[in-house]
Amino acid sequence: MNPKKSYRLPFLLLALLLLAAFLLNTGLGSVAIPLKDTFNAIIGGTVAEDSWRYIIWNYRLPKAFTAILVGAGLSLSGLLMQTLFRNPLAGPFVLGISSGASLGVALLIMGSGLISGWVGSLLINDVTLAIAASAGSFLVLLAVLGVAARIKDTMALLIIGLMFGSVTTAVVTVLSYFSNAEKLRQYIFWSYGSLGNLSWPQLGLLGVILLLGIALSIISIKPLNALLLGEHYARSMGTSLQRSRYIIIGATGLLAGAVTAFAGPVAFIGLAVPHLTRQIFDTTDHKVLVPAVILYGAILLLLCDTLAQLPSSSYVLPINAITSIIGAPVVIWLLVRKRKMIF
Amino acid sequence: MNKTAKTNAIEVLELAVGYPGKKGDKIVAEAISFELHSGDFAAIVGVNGIGKSTLLRTLGQVQPPLSGQVRLKGKNLDSYRNRELAEAISLVLTEPLATKNLTVWELVQLGRQPYTNWIGTLEARDREKISQALAMVGLENSHAKKCYELSDGQMQKVLIARALAQDTPLMLLDEPTTHLDLYHKVQILKLLQRISHEMDKTILFTTHEVDLAIQLCDRMLILDNRENSFGAPCELIEQKRFESLFPGDLISFDPQTGNFKIVS
Repeated sequence: MNPKKSYRLPFLLLALLLLAAFLLNTGLGSVAIPLKDTFNAIIGGTVAEDSWRYIIWNYRLPKAFTAILVGAGLSLSGLLMQTLFRNPLAGPFVLGISSGASLGVALLIMGSGLISGWVGSLLINDVTLAIAASAGSFLVLLAVLGVAARIKDTMALLIIGLMFGSVTTAVVTVLSYFSNAEKLRQYIFWSYGSLGNLSWPQLGLLGVILLLGIALSIISIKPLNALLLGEHYARSMGTSLQRSRYIIIGATGLLAGAVTAFAGPVAFIGLAVPHLTRQIFDTTDHKVLVPAVILYGAILLLLCDTLAQLPSSSYVLPINAITSIIGAPVVIWLLVRKRKMIF
Repeated sequence: MNKTAKTNAIEVLELAVGYPGKKGDKIVAEAISFELHSGDFAAIVGVNGIGKSTLLRTLGQVQPPLSGQVRLKGKNLDSYRNRELAEAISLVLTEPLATKNLTVWELVQLGRQPYTNWIGTLEARDREKISQALAMVGLENSHAKKCYELSDGQMQKVLIARALAQDTPLMLLDEPTTHLDLYHKVQILKLLQRISHEMDKTILFTTHEVDLAIQLCDRMLILDNRENSFGAPCELIEQKRFESLFPGDLISFDPQTGNFKIVS
């Protein structure tokens, strides 16, 4: 008896799909560039027009890599949350991490309106936005961690995360009531989410933070598997509960916080991808699920982004809208088909 | 068998269990003392709310004791580290599993966690233990089934197999026979008795099946918050300990049959 299943084939397929989605994403855009030239531009071959090379290296490749990092980061944090909270509806947003980021950005954008003249407008740029979002999400995370140290029950923690979310939403609403139309517009644009604003150095920073988050997730694989049976069983099998919870929550904070800071809030990926992954990989073993959701999330967000940029037109739809339009029906479909969302 | 030759597996001295609070501790049960040897099959009985589960959870270090001592192989329970404890005590609890999407094999193999490396790789020895555990409970052919496909009785066997795979000298089970019909209650208890005697494991469980426990157990602890009597079932019957187990207005104990009868 040796029921060790091999997942080599689905992993190979996912890797190929990722490559295909990556080429599709970089090949399609407002300017039509033939696939052959796209490929040549990436590997450094000859390209028919020089502007194409510029477009691909300065716009499309950073955007595609952003999509990969954002998709992978959000999906992994969703998987961690679902196991830690033993709740199939948990995602990075439930902990209030992204609302914290929103609060930080709202305070920056709308608060700067209060400082009159050019000083206020000087305050807002990509870097300060990212700092405000990170600060906001980490403040909420610290608050959640502080509560986690005092409250043993993870379900209570989940509700507290939701309450933090409500409070930040309320504060954002109050702020928007008092700020002028231009500032409000600026905030709303940020909240649409965007994958296209990252420079190569920013991309590098995001990548490093995500790698750290992934490393923390990998060392948590064994506790995550134990947590499938609940906290008491996990402890009785030698898991150091408090430490594992800190590491898992920390990893989620890094993954979701960094992503939201750089790309704005991107909905549903963190919730939907782990469920979609379980449709292909029929296992609960995190040794398989962790790499699988990373691949799946990257592929899905690349495809969403390809749709969002409406190939061959100059319109770009907000990525947050596309992921919601795709994500919400997926969650409903899972609920209806499976009756019960299992994880 | 010579009793004194057996090692003492767990020793409980003047234990009080309950929940610590700011305005003083809420004591659920106190003055509990007993001792179990390896290979003992023992039950904790008592009325609802008397503290059976609280006691069992305290013994399993799920919650801390209020006062008194629990010694495992002569060493105080609170001086055990997480890992050591995982190799000494395995649990079967009543709380529902976080997910039932696991296969039988996936669930049972989690019992090997104290012995596997940082990422949980199963060695040949681990696989052997898992197979043995599944064979012991008679589920070797259902290892690929999902837990949500199982009946309550089968699920209980899977949880017992997981505890077996953990390979500990002491197994604690909280009401392993609830939700089961009489046939399956007996099946589970006989299985536990066989495990305890064949594999020389100390098994302690809480139950409401007083009559079945009298027939099957080597030792019984009657929690009544007065005497908390402990001993072999026949001794306890002779000492008329079961008579005071429940209030006498509805049922009474019949020492001849070892059953409770409705008062006519």
